[in-house]
Amino acid sequence: MRPILTFARLTLVEASRRRLLLALVLLTVVVCGFTGWGFSRITAPALSGGQQLSTVEVRTVASQLLILVAFLFSGVLALSSALTASPAISGDIESHLTTAMLARPVLRAQYVLGRWAGLAVLVIAYAAGSSALELAVVDITVGYLPPHPAQLVLFIAAEGLVLMSLALCLSTRLSGMTGGLIAIAAWFIAWLTGVLAAVGQVISNVALENLGLAVRLLMPVDALWRGAIYAMEPAAIVAAASQNRDLGANPFTVLTPVPPAMLVWSVVWVVAIVGLSLWSVQRRDL
Amino acid sequence: MVDLLQQQAAAQAAAASPAIHTVELAKRYGRTVALAGLSMTVPRGEVFGFLGPNGAGKTTAVKLLLGLVPPTSGEGWLLGHPVGSVEGRRRVGYLPELFRYQPWLSGREVLALHCELMGLPRAGWKEEIDLSLHTSGLGARADDKVREYSKGMQQRLGLGAALLGSPELVLLDEPTSALDPIGRHDVREIIHIVRERGAAVFLNSHLLTEVEMVCDRVAMVDHGRVIATGTLDELLGGHACRFRVAGLTPQQRHSLSHFGEMQDDGEWMRLLRLEPESVPDVVAEVVGMGGRVYAVEPRVRTLEDRFLELLRAEPGE
Repeated sequence: MRPILTFARLTLVEASRRRLLLALVLLTVVVCGFTGWGFSRITAPALSGGQQLSTVEVRTVASQLLILVAFLFSGVLALSSALTASPAISGDIESHLTTAMLARPVLRAQYVLGRWAGLAVLVIAYAAGSSALELAVVDITVGYLPPHPAQLVLFIAAEGLVLMSLALCLSTRLSGMTGGLIAIAAWFIAWLTGVLAAVGQVISNVALENLGLAVRLLMPVDALWRGAIYAMEPAAIVAAASQNRDLGANPFTVLTPVPPAMLVWSVVWVVAIVGLSLWSVQRRDL
Repeated sequence: MVDLLQQQAAAQAAAASPAIHTVELAKRYGRTVALAGLSMTVPRGEVFGFLGPNGAGKTTAVKLLLGLVPPTSGEGWLLGHPVGSVEGRRRVGYLPELFRYQPWLSGREVLALHCELMGLPRAGWKEEIDLSLHTSGLGARADDKVREYSKGMQQRLGLGAALLGSPELVLLDEPTSALDPIGRHDVREIIHIVRERGAAVFLNSHLLTEVEMVCDRVAMVDHGRVIATGTLDELLGGHACRFRVAGLTPQQRHSLSHFGEMQDDGEWMRLLRLEPESVPDVVAEVVGMGGRVYAVEPRVRTLEDRFLELLRAEPGE
């Protein structure tokens, strides 16, 4: 157990010394600053035909804008997860750090699990920190909070964990550049397929719906992102949107919560992909 | 109780076992043979040289011993534990051929990391690290980041890491490749210190003079096979001397071969396994036959000579 903590701590120290944490914090603060200014303009009469928006209107606009901003953070988290995890193991192997470290009385599995745990802490910390800051900014500027902020953080973090686990698994065999590229492409494809599946549902196209399900099973990031959207939507908006079937095709509107089976599958998926990473590192030459 | 007795018996057996023992340990990559059936025993307290040209399989052998590369066949034990096992690596220090350490850590932090990975008690880290820094000659730069180290300093850091925790076996893979003459001298001193502590040293090198200066026994490897093994005396076959001689017929020159194995190129005669006290007798016999001696160069046959002989005798050379 102790070597796992050692490798996890080493991952965090590396992120700190390489100024990854500093870059993410600064970027988040800047983005939150800009979005805070943007949200504050919603209530400005000059931008609403000289009239003050009602509280309901402000909440509606803020909720939709917040979903867009969350998509931005989710994207940054996805890219950061992929780009940080994809060279984590391959970089250690290519630079021969593993020959020195794994010649010590530690198991390869402990090394992989430690790397994963360290990266997981980074993903969760970024998801929680950036979400908390953005929600605080929105609350201060327009007095709006989404209905399920804790679920929002969990879904965004889970999405990052899925992508990080995939990138780390690829890192056991592929170079950082190749693994990162594949992970990012997988994230985009999964998101786009999720949109197509939603359109398929609206137009009753079974092929598109099945394609969406298949991709969600292969790469459950889109399902988790849709969970994050649902956590941000006020009940009134969901109720109103449910009356209009066509709104289901909007990539930023979700009318139903994520099925529990999909949540279970996401956990199983992460466990399986980490297991595959262990198997892969166990079988390779260092 | 039975388990405890079994554990004690296993620990005693491990303590009495050689530092390294391998039986037909082999590694193949498809049709390429990286190491073909390595069988050897390195007792504790011995400095063992593993010699070979580039690509002979030396580094593969070390990685097999440490479990960094799984063997295709064969088996081996480190300090009585199967190669690749965590227990086998517990009392082993290792300097890799391609030594790289986290550039964003300081030298001291790298050593602390290795103390942690070795599972050494935290209370003893400072003493271990200070001793290691002193021995490897890195003390003054211990708190600088590794990225600011020269290649030689990084190799010294690797040596320091290999010495942590008083290992019973130290595997050094080309330990002087980045060092200047002072550094090379320091490495020889370190090897002597380790041997005096009773630990075994497995020195992987293609620098023959280096091996000759510090090793008790040597194995020569080429194309993944051990082509000779033994003590330096066994491998070199004793002393040699060469004579620049004129005025003798080929038959007269050949008649001198009773002094030792002769290599004659018509100008220089070289007598192998010739004891130093026989040199005047050779000169006297040459003069007695009417020959003239222009030069006498007593010299020890070097490991390089023997190594080149063996390589040239290899099929396909």
